[in-house]
Parts: sequence; C-alpha cells; structure tokens
Amino acid sequence: METVKTLDITANDLNWKIQYTPEHCTMCGSCVAACTFRAIEVAVERRATTISTARQPEPIPQHKAVPVIKRVKGLANACVGCGMCEKVCPNQAIKPVRNEDSRANILARSGGTPAKRGGRNNLIKENTLDKITVGRISQMTDPALDAERHTFDILAPFGRVLMPNELPFSNNGGELKMNASTPPVNWIYPIIFSDMSIGALSTRAWEAICMATAYLNEKHNMPVRMSSGEGGMPIQLMKSEYLKYSIIQIASGHFGWSRIVKALPQMKVDPAGILIKIGQGAKPGDGGLLPAAKVAEHIQAIRGVPKADLLSPPNHQGLYSIEESVQKMHMSLNAAFKFRVPVAIKCSASATSVSVYNNLLRDPYKICGGFFLDGIQGGTGAANEVSLDHTGHPIVSKVRDCYLAAVKQGRQGQIPLWAGGGIGMTGNAAADAFKMICLGANGVFISKLLIQLCGCVGNEHSRCNACNTGLCPTGICTQDSRLVRRLDIDKAAQNIVEYMLAFDTELRKLMAPIGNSSLPVGRSDALVTTDKAMADKLSIQYAC
Amino acid sequence: MCRIGAIKSKKPFHPSQALRLMLPQQEGHDNSGFAMIMQDLGGVFADYKDKPLLSLACTAQGAKLAEEYMKEHNFVRDFEWVPKIDRRPGLDIKAMPLYMFRCYDYPVEYKSADWSDKEQLLLDTRLALRELLEQDDQGYVFSFWPDVLTLKEIGDPSDIATYFRLWDDNGELMARNVVTQCRQNTNYDIVRYAAHPFFIQGYTLCANGENTFYTKNTEYQRSLHRGYTGFESDSQNFLYTLHYVLHELKWPIKYFKHVITPLPFSEIGKRSDNKELTAIRQSLANLEINGPNTIIAMLPDGRMMTCCDSKKLRPVVVGGDETTMAIASEVCGLNVVLPNRNPELDIYPNEREVVVITQELEVQRWKQ
Repeated sequence: METVKTLDITANDLNWKIQYTPEHCTMCGSCVAACTFRAIEVAVERRATTISTARQPEPIPQHKAVPVIKRVKGLANACVGCGMCEKVCPNQAIKPVRNEDSRANILARSGGTPAKRGGRNNLIKENTLDKITVGRISQMTDPALDAERHTFDILAPFGRVLMPNELPFSNNGGELKMNASTPPVNWIYPIIFSDMSIGALSTRAWEAICMATAYLNEKHNMPVRMSSGEGGMPIQLMKSEYLKYSIIQIASGHFGWSRIVKALPQMKVDPAGILIKIGQGAKPGDGGLLPAAKVAEHIQAIRGVPKADLLSPPNHQGLYSIEESVQKMHMSLNAAFKFRVPVAIKCSASATSVSVYNNLLRDPYKICGGFFLDGIQGGTGAANEVSLDHTGHPIVSKVRDCYLAAVKQGRQGQIPLWAGGGIGMTGNAAADAFKMICLGANGVFISKLLIQLCGCVGNEHSRCNACNTGLCPTGICTQDSRLVRRLDIDKAAQNIVEYMLAFDTELRKLMAPIGNSSLPVGRSDALVTTDKAMADKLSIQYAC
Repeated sequence: MCRIGAIKSKKPFHPSQALRLMLPQQEGHDNSGFAMIMQDLGGVFADYKDKPLLSLACTAQGAKLAEEYMKEHNFVRDFEWVPKIDRRPGLDIKAMPLYMFRCYDYPVEYKSADWSDKEQLLLDTRLALRELLEQDDQGYVFSFWPDVLTLKEIGDPSDIATYFRLWDDNGELMARNVVTQCRQNTNYDIVRYAAHPFFIQGYTLCANGENTFYTKNTEYQRSLHRGYTGFESDSQNFLYTLHYVLHELKWPIKYFKHVITPLPFSEIGKRSDNKELTAIRQSLANLEINGPNTIIAMLPDGRMMTCCDSKKLRPVVVGGDETTMAIASEVCGLNVVLPNRNPELDIYPNEREVVVITQELEVQRWKQ
C-alpha cells in the first residue's frame, strides 16, 4: 500500500474544484490564458490502457501521453471560482464547482498571517430587508398614485439642515427674507455611488462609474453623486465642470489630498460634498489597505506615495473626541471650500452609533452635513477575513436607532442619515433603499453593486473575492494593464445607467402605492414584517 | 371621505345654518357625528366676548373635578350657558351626561398680564383639565378661549341637532363664524377628541382626506410644542402645523401652503425667492403632507382660509354674497345656505391656490 502524504494540499482541500471534460476540450488554451490566478495549467498526462483484440485474451498494454488542462496544486494558485475558464471555453469543457468539503479556511493562515480577501461578509447570507414588505397600500381612504403619470420629487438632502426657528429670516412686508448665510445643503438623488478609490479600483472601472454618473446627470436629469474614495482624483476631473458630480473623500491616510489641495485654485466648480471617512462597515476598526501589488505607477503618482502596502490607519491621527477633533476636521474642510460645500462623516455602524449621532446633532456649530452609516454587509477591496466576517454591525436597526434618537429630540432630518452596507446585495436596490428611507434614512449609498454591474462575479458564497490580489479577472480591482483591458468601460457604464433607470422606475412603483410623491423619510407606518422580533426592534407593524 | 364646511357672515347666524350646509353633502360622509367651532359669538355670549369660554362635555364627577380645578387656579365663573336638552326617545346620539359652556374671569394675578401670558395660561389650563378628566374617562375639554365655543358629539348629525335644539333658532346661540363637520372622524377608534374641527390658541381647523404623512408629522410635532397632543385624528397635524407656522414662527400666512405642500424643487429653482423656499422645504420637511386633503382654517382674527393638497385629490368650493360666505367640500351645500348668490363667482381653488376670506368678507386668493 502506497504511503499517503496527508499534509499535501490538493484540489479537494480547497474551495473550488475544476470540472473538466477532456472529450469536449479542443486544447485551444483559452481557459489557461484567462485564469489570472494560474489555477489551471496545460499538462501532459500519462495514460495507460490494456486492450485485447484476439479471440483469446492477449493483453497488450498501451501508453499514451495526453495533453490536458490540469488543476495546479497549492494554496497560492487556488481556484477562486470566478468562472472565467467557463466564460471563454468554446465547448463548455471546463468550469469550477464548489467543494463542499473544503478545508481552505483552516489552511488559509499558513505562513502565520491572517487570511485576507475582498468582497462582502461571507457568513451573513440573508437580507434583513427582504423580511419587510411595503404593507400600507393606499386603498379607498386615499388614492394610490400613478407611477407613470404623476411627477415625483425624488431628492435627498446632503448638508446640515437647520431647525425652522433657526432660519435667519426677517419678515419684510409679508415676505420672508434670508438675512444671513446658512449651512450649504445640496439636494441630490437618494443614492450615492460610494467610496471606491482609484487604486482599489482600476482607473478604467473608476472611469466607468464616473461616466455613468455624468450620463445620469446630463442625459437623464438624475442628480446622482459619486464619492471618490480615499485615493485622490484625476487632476483633469478636478479642473472640469464634472467635479460638481463628485463627493471628495478624505480618510485617515489622506491619500491624494496634496494634489486635491493644490488643485483648489483651479477648480471651476465646487464638488458636491466632502466625506470624512472614519470607518467602513466591512472592516470596522481595521483601517484601509491597498496591497503593494495594486500600487502601480499611476497610483503612486495620484496618491503621492511609493510602491508599498498603503495602510489607512483605523482612526484619524489626533482624533480623540468628536467635540474636538472631528470638529476641527469639519471646520478646516468647510473653510477650505469657503463654507459652500457640505461636509459629512462616514462611520461603521456600531453599538456606539447613536452616541456619535447624538453628539453631532447637538454640535453647537451645526457643521456636520450628513451621517453616513456603513453596515456589516458592506463590501471592500481588501481586508483581513476575520474583520470582514466577524466584526461590524447590521445596518438596518442601527439606522432606525439613530433616526428614533433624533425623533426623541425633535431633530430628525437635521443631519441627513445615509445608509449603506448591503444595499442591493440581492440585486433589489430600489426595494432596499425604499425600506431604509421609510425607516428614517434620507438616502443610501452603494458600491459593491456598481462593480457587480461592471462584471464583478464576487458574491457572499466565497466566489472570487480576490480584490486584494491584484489579479481581478474582470479588470475591475486590479492595476495590471493587461487585465484592466478586459473591462469594456462603455458597456460597464451603460450597465450602471440602465440599472439606475430601472431603479428610478422601481422607486416610483413603491412610492405610488403608498400615495407619496416625495420620499417617505421616516414613514415606518408603510412597512410590515412577519418577523415579530424585527417588528419590535424596528417599531414597525407585525403582520402574519 | 369626509365633507367639511364653514360659514362666515357679517351678521351673527344660528348653527342650524351650518347643519344646512352639511346635510346635503351627506352622501359623501358617514353621518357619524357632528362637531362645530363657533367664533365671534352673538346671542347669550355677546356680552362676554373677552372672557375665556370653556366648552366641556363631562360626567357629574368630571364637572366637579373641573370646577375644583378652576377654583384652585383662581378662575372665577362669570356666566354659564347650559343647552336645554331634548331627550325624546329614538335619537341617534351617544350623549355625555353634561354639557357646559362657561365664561370665566381671569385669575386676579393675570388681570393686567400681557396677552402672550394669558394665551399660555389658557392653553395650559385646557391641557391640565383634559388630563384631569381623561382619568376614568370623566369628560372632554374641547376649547378654552375667549369668544370661541365648541360642540362635538357622536351620532347622527340631525339627531344631535335635535338633542341640543340646534334647529330652534331662538337667538341664544349665534356666531359670525362657524367651522363644521358631520363625521366623527377617525378611521380607527370612536373618540370625541378625534372629531373635527380642532382648536389651539385661537386657531381652528378641519380637514378631510387621509394624512399619509401622519407618522412623520406626529413624530416631529410631539417635540415642537407642549400643546401638540392627542393626535387622535391624522388631521390634527394640519392644525398644529398652522399654529406652528403662524403663531410660533410668526411667518406670514402664505408660507403655510409652502410648508404643507412645498413646490417641487424644479419649480422652486426658477423663483426669485428660491433661497427662502428651499430653506423652508428642507427645515420643515417633517411637516409636509403628501396625501389627499382639503383644509379649512379659521384664524384668531376671524379670517378663514382654505387650500387643498398638491394634486387636488380633495376639492373644495368657496362662494357667497355680500353678507355671507361659505366654504364646503361640495357645491350642493352652498346651494342650500346661499341659494341667491351668483354661482358664477364661486371659486374652486386649484392645487397651488390659497383662498382667504377677510373679516370684511373680501376674498383674497393667490397661487403658492
């Protein structure tokens, strides 16, 4: 009996196996060329058969050398299930299949380093929002609207809203006149294309999202705004009129900000807003990470850094208290844009979110223009898996908690609540957005969905999620110039535009039955759930 | 759907006129109650116009509690009118044991107080009495205000009128302004407080339709003012918003419409006052209404106002002559109380329009 080397890592130890049908294979080599992970290779296998063609058994052994597509052994070249091989195979001769008995999670820490990956949380697979339905339908007591015929005012505030009695009005012969300036507020579409940096994304993917944003604004009159992410912005964009569609992000690494600050005098228009990122939902408290593999020359230039792992610290230097440090950041960023541009803050959803929100609401300077809360189901380009799967807070109840905390003080709406982290994770962003709005959000932000529209095949079931490797097979999360060319940016932008047009129609289809032509922010009476615990937690109607 | 109505006249008239305005519209509502608020009183109250008038429906115990409270707080009763009840059998009315309408002298310490202090006192007194009588369901305090009388009851409006002898035009109960409705309005429980019109500090309002932003409005209003209580009907929100905009913020009346049915952003952007309207829309987003509603309001100075929702899903008509004007959901009501008016001059306000009838019965109308 042959000795088995049980500690060898073979294909059946890993998450994905290759299902290969040699009789369909034309040996074109496309699959091997397409596999960015080098998980498959062309090999020659020795095949032995014994045949007998005589009347009596006269066994003749035959030996053949057969070219095949073969799985490469080892963790470094593990198949991630992206399916590019299947996509390119002319004969459907090969595809990845999920290995139920995978030991990959145990083996992934070899070398003594934590497992890393991109994507979303892989442990939470259900969408809370799918357990809620819009149950308050206008019937008889008030008419439902016609989604096709009525006009809808689908806009959300980005900026600090004052209490009515704080408005600097004087009564001038029956006309109210504004006597002093008020904090800037931009009314924008209630969905923001969120925070994916140049670096995390390929320049082409980032450009595709920019193009979609501009197209939606210019051709469809949908004032969608896009957040830059923490990675700077192309100088040409900062000098152009299109800057008005951008929200510029600043995070703890301050990447790209030397160029942004230098570009200030050349900006023809103001950006739509500034977003201070304190944390993100997918890896709260773990900071940002752009692996050196993705820090290509153009990324070094735009961020002003050498080729190295780029770490955004988990918190901002000098951030000791909301009252002091965030104030200073808010104040200096407001001042940089002469108090014309709203400055908002983005935090990971946390058990402490309500305290943070309360502090911001009570801030005497009235300077925070938005509270972005990012939940555990948010996506990311690269993170320690332990953070991705085991830290964070679900977004739905946290947004509701924050809204109700504001209601208690009569301050709802003063600092707009924007919710993200799993919005559209099942593909139904309009329904998710609508329900979040009814629970108290002013709007939502999405990112993972955008790259999925660009062709990302990653999901919450361990598929691909290789954003951290620089080997993104779709050309989205890589800086490799050959891989980047795989992305058709026009088609990617078109996909986003078409999704958003459908989103807009779907949103109307949800607003119309409850009889509202403006966004039903806080209309929790419109929602019901068959889950009693959820009904109690969210203070919405229980139905069965 | 409810029907609502109001009559404003230069000459005091009897509440039976209000019933005549409403009953022709009865196919449009369920006749489940009758409520009216009378202002600028004549008849037996003509000599007490500056005395706060308490409108109360209660049990004997409730009357005792109220009396004790008023004494304790140095209110001195000056005049009382008790309706003579017609208790004939077969009337459809869920009557309370006692109905009292009492005029009081202000407490001595308030004799020389400013009006702003007095109006706070009157509100606080009404709220305190309401809370007191709510215990063990001893009664309902509808209004406590000079020159304002409120009557609300559950049942068939005609029978309620018979019960209170409102059909008998004996000159006792007269007013120049009446706002009324013939439905015990709530889609939910039968509660006397839920019947329109509603009243706070001189502001009267009734509305029809469903306030689809009831939750939003209510959650916001609860912390805006101590007087914004009850919320038994989703139309109370309109009254509180009216009071907030005019009384608390002290904004001109035209901004009320901008608060409840703000213009679309695309239209605001084209206007010269876009800065102000945008600020109003964003700061008062929680007081927006977005369902089908018509509003009839009566202001402390006696002016009446009407407007409807931004899609005109609930209509209203205004018409009249030189001495009397009326507002109603349906023109058939106007035809009964004002048969000789020129109907060509009737106004059917559009979704962006506000109509105000002044004390001199001038009609002002403007577009938002």
